[in-house]
Amino acid sequence: MFDEFPFLSVLTVLPLVGAAVVAFIPRAKAELAKIVALAWSLVVLVLSVVMWLAFTIDGDRFQFHESYAWIPTWDARFTFAADGIALVMLMLIAILFPVVILASWNDVDQSRRSAPAYFALLLSFEFTMIGVFAAADVFLFYVFFEIMLIPMYFIIGSFGTGQKQYAAVKFFLYSLVGGLFMLASVIGLWVLGGRTFDFTKLAEATASIDPNTARWLFLGFFVAFAIKAPFFPFHTWLPDSGGAAPAGAAALLVGVMDKVGTFGLLRYCLSLFPEASRWFAPAAMALAVIGIIYASLLAVGQKDLKRLVSYTSIAHFGFIGIGIFAFTTQAGTGAVLYMVNHGLATGLLFIVVGMFVARRGSALVSDFGGAGKLVPVLAGVLFFAGLASLALPGTAPFVSEFLVLIGTFSVHKGYAVVATLGIILAAAYVLWMIQRTTQGTLNPALAEVPAMSKDLSLREKFVVAPLIALLLVLGFYPKPVTDVINPAVQATLQDVGTTDPAPTVVADGKAGG
Amino acid sequence: MGELQLPPIDYGALAPMLILFGAACLGVLVEVIAPRRARHPVQLTLSLLAVVAALTAVVLQRDTRITTIGGAVAIDGPALFLQGAILVLGAVSLLLIGERSIEQGGAFVSQAAITVGSEKDMRQAGGEPGATEVYPLTLFALGGMMLFVSANDLLTMFVALEVFSLPLYLLCALARRRRLLSQEAALKYFLLGSYASAFFLFGVAFIYGFAGGIRLEVVRDAVANPQNSQVLLYAGFGLIAIGLLFKAALAPFHVWTPDVYQGAPTPVTAFMAACTKVAAFGALLRILYVAFAGVQWDFQPVLGVVAVLTMFVGAVLAVTQTDLKRLLAYSSIANAGYLMVGVLAMNEEGLSSTLFYLVAYGFSVLAAFAILSLVRDAEGEATHLSRWAGIGRKSPLLAGTFTLVLLAFAGIPLTSGFMSKFAVFGAAIEGGQTWLVIFGVISSMLIAFPYLRMVVLMWLSEPGESTPSVSIPGFLTATALGLGVIATVALGVIPAPLLDLTQDAGQFVR
Repeated sequence: MFDEFPFLSVLTVLPLVGAAVVAFIPRAKAELAKIVALAWSLVVLVLSVVMWLAFTIDGDRFQFHESYAWIPTWDARFTFAADGIALVMLMLIAILFPVVILASWNDVDQSRRSAPAYFALLLSFEFTMIGVFAAADVFLFYVFFEIMLIPMYFIIGSFGTGQKQYAAVKFFLYSLVGGLFMLASVIGLWVLGGRTFDFTKLAEATASIDPNTARWLFLGFFVAFAIKAPFFPFHTWLPDSGGAAPAGAAALLVGVMDKVGTFGLLRYCLSLFPEASRWFAPAAMALAVIGIIYASLLAVGQKDLKRLVSYTSIAHFGFIGIGIFAFTTQAGTGAVLYMVNHGLATGLLFIVVGMFVARRGSALVSDFGGAGKLVPVLAGVLFFAGLASLALPGTAPFVSEFLVLIGTFSVHKGYAVVATLGIILAAAYVLWMIQRTTQGTLNPALAEVPAMSKDLSLREKFVVAPLIALLLVLGFYPKPVTDVINPAVQATLQDVGTTDPAPTVVADGKAGG
Repeated sequence: MGELQLPPIDYGALAPMLILFGAACLGVLVEVIAPRRARHPVQLTLSLLAVVAALTAVVLQRDTRITTIGGAVAIDGPALFLQGAILVLGAVSLLLIGERSIEQGGAFVSQAAITVGSEKDMRQAGGEPGATEVYPLTLFALGGMMLFVSANDLLTMFVALEVFSLPLYLLCALARRRRLLSQEAALKYFLLGSYASAFFLFGVAFIYGFAGGIRLEVVRDAVANPQNSQVLLYAGFGLIAIGLLFKAALAPFHVWTPDVYQGAPTPVTAFMAACTKVAAFGALLRILYVAFAGVQWDFQPVLGVVAVLTMFVGAVLAVTQTDLKRLLAYSSIANAGYLMVGVLAMNEEGLSSTLFYLVAYGFSVLAAFAILSLVRDAEGEATHLSRWAGIGRKSPLLAGTFTLVLLAFAGIPLTSGFMSKFAVFGAAIEGGQTWLVIFGVISSMLIAFPYLRMVVLMWLSEPGESTPSVSIPGFLTATALGLGVIATVALGVIPAPLLDLTQDAGQFVR
């Protein structure tokens, strides 16, 4: 009965309507605005769950296909369709937004800024996020890819802390630069692909593009996605933005928005430019591995909690990067699963760090110390989030990191071995951070902050509980998600034209090595 | 020797221009006859009626594809589209010109001949009603622009160039405040504009020597099948191009733009930024596509360099500006570069995308200047960037509208700016001019910075000690602003109707 329902377009438009409604709630009725925003995001969540259930595993690669005329002259259409990869990302968005809205409940109250405006911006950000993953028309994708900057720009710039103006402008300019490179490629693709933007038609047409041109087009897309993700050396905007954004928004920034980059690589770079992807794969893997090590080392040295979490995130994107460009089903599935798990784990970490920062009024590691004595439960949650972040077995990220590494090892031993060092460094930055903030002797200055004596409130428990539960469940039983991802990854790799190494190859490799 | 044969004249096809010129003459009479107090409402009504009537005539002629008066004027798809665009944008400009509630007496000086700084000048600055000559001048300029885009021979084009330029020089000098700046701008514009016109005319002479005629199709035939020295062709083409590039404000012929945009009364600046751009590019399109298409391989690289230079000069210098009017001037220079990218595609898409860009940009720039005219202090408009700090706190609606316009200039999707950039870049790649697109994209990155800085200034900066007041727009400005903003959003979300219209405009008659 759900086959006919236009899930994706409704899901896309719904938050936009919600944003408009919330924006018109007067400033004095902030509570009402929060409740409406939360309720609205829960409706989106319910609809997403229904869509998840309606998705046919092992069915067509793209499901929930809808298409409406937009600009006939250019053959740009409002086309929506989701494969397994997009579906899990949409689900992640639907879960994270209510959590973040609940976590940001009191963030705006102290400032002179308007609370309805903040929640309207969050909902309009959800609109652009859902749109970018649901679009199956390259033009529509590009439109969402660019306009998602606007709500996030105002969230960072108006509601952030510290060097927020600098961070907001840097964020916008970096993304815009990437986006404009992509624009050149999108136009080139459109002209060479027969003046159409339809993803499936383009995927067929690109086979006949001259390989050299295809590499340039690939590069345009790749730069945009590498900045968005971000991969080394395009990453410098993320620590600034993550450090300046409000914690909830930062969770969305790294948890959802940056996934657009890796999703774009999988959907657009790999499927549209298979030959160029293979050609660029070694370079991309090298960048990813450098990113893992480099960002991990920087994370160890950070003094600011939010910047530290941002750097861990860059390291994790390195893992996703090698998973994508290893071109094996295991690594690819691992990479997509990593995108989900990273959203949950880093999202939780950011939110918990945000709770600490809100209590202490500072994000500096040195302002904490022995906080576990004051807020044991909160410190425990931070510990769990940290462990999930370093991919401890039993938490969800372990499964994905393991899949990525074995999937990569079967074809590129060197990269896999170096990447494994990242795990050790991850333990270093997470555990050292936890030791300096929550363990050890109590920082006397910390004890004097009255807010630090309040442990998790009921609202905050509702914020962290779903994420902790999901991280544990997916850590032990990831099958429902991998079942959805697997066919989509296989279809993508079929586009690339690589096949998984047969077991004999691995055996040969072992004999040789 | 027979009697002199008058060529047949299709008055219907010429009706839009005749209406405007007629109304302009009538406006001059009104200046003489009507009492001083009645002039403003009478002139404004007359001008708006004339523009609406002319627009109606253009719409009625929409299927005409002819040349008339002995081939001097071509009324074809592009000409009608451009004339319609000039009239629509001109009508919106007239609304801005007619505004009198923001500043007492309007933006124009009461008598242009009053000595600057004299007691009389103080009195007029205090709110005497502004000069009403501006309306007939505007109508003459509009009529000249319409003739300019439909001129089918080089001399008619030259005459049209002068007909629309001279009123503009005058209009620039008529600011109520900062009159020396305004007069300086007018003089600068006049002198440089005269040089440019002279170059154009000199070029026409060369082309006449080369082709033995001045009608565009005669030139085209001569280019295809040259009988005379190519030197004449290239010299003539180069000189004509200089004249047109000057009007279109392309580097290195752009230096007048910031001074003139800053000095001219803001409604006139808006008028020039929107309508003059349409007229200049309309004529450029016709000259390049009709007369000189045969040598496109020769001029594409040269004009391509001009386009790249223009984009970068506009973008880089926009970054360094501290005055909003000058910033918008450099932004308009950069936009002229993007327009040139579309022109140089030299294909059907190039024509239609340039037409689309002209209309989309015209509306956005009118909205930008309308907003600028609202932010004032005791000295008049507060155009220094620092004065706009924190204005979003005080007037979120104004700042929000301006942000939208700036995002359109920056080419963010769901605004007309993105659709037009996409259209011209697409046309250029189709026309084999990929290098122009790459430079266009890079300069777009640069020019995003000043726009973004402006957004930061309005929303995120703390207000200074004396934030200027934001006037409540009068009915006329509000209408103009509303139209500009609606067009900017509508063309960004549903560009299909206008895109179809530009495609239907089809080709030039040859």
